[in-house]
Amino acid sequence: MSTQSKAPFDASSIPNDLCPIAVKPNPMLPGDWRSMRPVVDRDKCVKCAVCWLYCPVQCVVEKAAWFDFDLSTCKGCGICMRECPHAAISMVEESA
Amino acid sequence: MSAVLKPKQKFVVCDGNEAAARAVTLAQVDMVAVYPITPQSSLVEYLAKFVADGDLDAEIVDVEGEHSVLSVLHGAALAGARTYTATCGPGLAFMFEPYLRTPGLRMPLVMTIVTRDTLTPQSVWGGHQDAMSVREVGWIQMYCETVQEVLDTTIMAYKIAEHHDVMLPVNVCHDGNYLSYGATRIELPEQDQVAAFLGTRDVNWHAALDPERPMAIDPLTGGAGGPGPSMFVRYRKGQCAGMRNSLQVIEQVHAEWGRVFGRLHAPLVESYRMDDARYAIVTIGSMTGAAKDAVDAARERGARVGLVKVKTFRPFPKQAMLQALKNMQAVGVVDRSVNFGWNCGPLFQETLGALYDAPARIPAMSFIGGLAGADITTDHFGSVIERTAALARDGIAGETVWLNEHD
Repeated sequence: MSTQSKAPFDASSIPNDLCPIAVKPNPMLPGDWRSMRPVVDRDKCVKCAVCWLYCPVQCVVEKAAWFDFDLSTCKGCGICMRECPHAAISMVEESA
Repeated sequence: MSAVLKPKQKFVVCDGNEAAARAVTLAQVDMVAVYPITPQSSLVEYLAKFVADGDLDAEIVDVEGEHSVLSVLHGAALAGARTYTATCGPGLAFMFEPYLRTPGLRMPLVMTIVTRDTLTPQSVWGGHQDAMSVREVGWIQMYCETVQEVLDTTIMAYKIAEHHDVMLPVNVCHDGNYLSYGATRIELPEQDQVAAFLGTRDVNWHAALDPERPMAIDPLTGGAGGPGPSMFVRYRKGQCAGMRNSLQVIEQVHAEWGRVFGRLHAPLVESYRMDDARYAIVTIGSMTGAAKDAVDAARERGARVGLVKVKTFRPFPKQAMLQALKNMQAVGVVDRSVNFGWNCGPLFQETLGALYDAPARIPAMSFIGGLAGADITTDHFGSVIERTAALARDGIAGETVWLNEHD
């Protein structure tokens, strides 16, 4: 991997009304704008990993006896609920 | 103007398409992306030849359509390349999405529009409808009168576009059929002088595709809350400021071209026999040659008529137009395209806008001719001059006159 040989782009040196550019990463994650959150019924979860296979953002994490979700990256799409063969997942509205 | 010693230049006989290709070669562009379309095709064929012959050390990308043409050039420009393409009519229409984005990204591309009337009715011939249809996108647009002006303006376009106070794409428009295929003798400047005139290319100082200095280009800006709306306004106003700045830069670059190469073209508008004129006709593009002949003939009969030719149409040179026309008793504007919203020619409507600040109301009339390759003859211009003279006498402007209606 090459090392950085040039100075970082200094956006402060150019007019701020030319081409829109961004030089800092945006820290926002999908969890910041989620409206529905998945909740697992631990009694129903058999760890079949179907949710893990289908999750488009790969936020499913494995626990000792069930699967759970990393809510910082979960965008609340509900695909896991729809695909779970044991109806172990429900979507709950995030509080305002 | 002080006398200039003309530099050594050689003469060639060529048409406007070859002149544009030779100008691009002299500008030593790095990347050309092309898709052929009548009446532009021979232009890009000349470019392919110049690259194959080793006269132009550029990448030439033969892509599957005009949308890709401009998208390829976006990447090249953001990577630091001097870029060029040419298109017209339906090709310009297919290019519209990246065409819209180019000025907002402040990329100094140069693109020739070999102007062609738009469909439909089906037509492959000249007319300004394609270029006029995109007049509000934010590109600088300059219309050429002669093959020599095509060559000179195409080179100057790079210096205008790449000026740090401008940083906007430029359309050099030359009339399909009349300039694209009309051959004449032109002077060809020396390569090293053109290189010195244009200077070092520096086109991605403001936004760059550079893996060692990563950045996001054109992230979402705007929306209804937070800093978005004000940021969006700031960038829009920045584009307008670049357009305004370009008027002065266009004048400076034309003046410098005149000093270095001995050919002084009017940068914004040209006044022809206007000194003691009482009324004027306004023209744009290659029709101007016949119009000047008609003005000369009318002058010989004692008519006090002058001519104002618009070269720079975007941004519109409001002050220069007002200065040229403010003392006229009548103005007749000849367009090679149609403004459907106002039932007149677009240049006519723009001229009215400039004349709003005239000390007194100036009667004006719209004439439309030369659609789909039709010729606007000296006889047509003679009738325009007569009608404008009558307008100066009675002040009664009639409906738009379609010059080729009874041909």
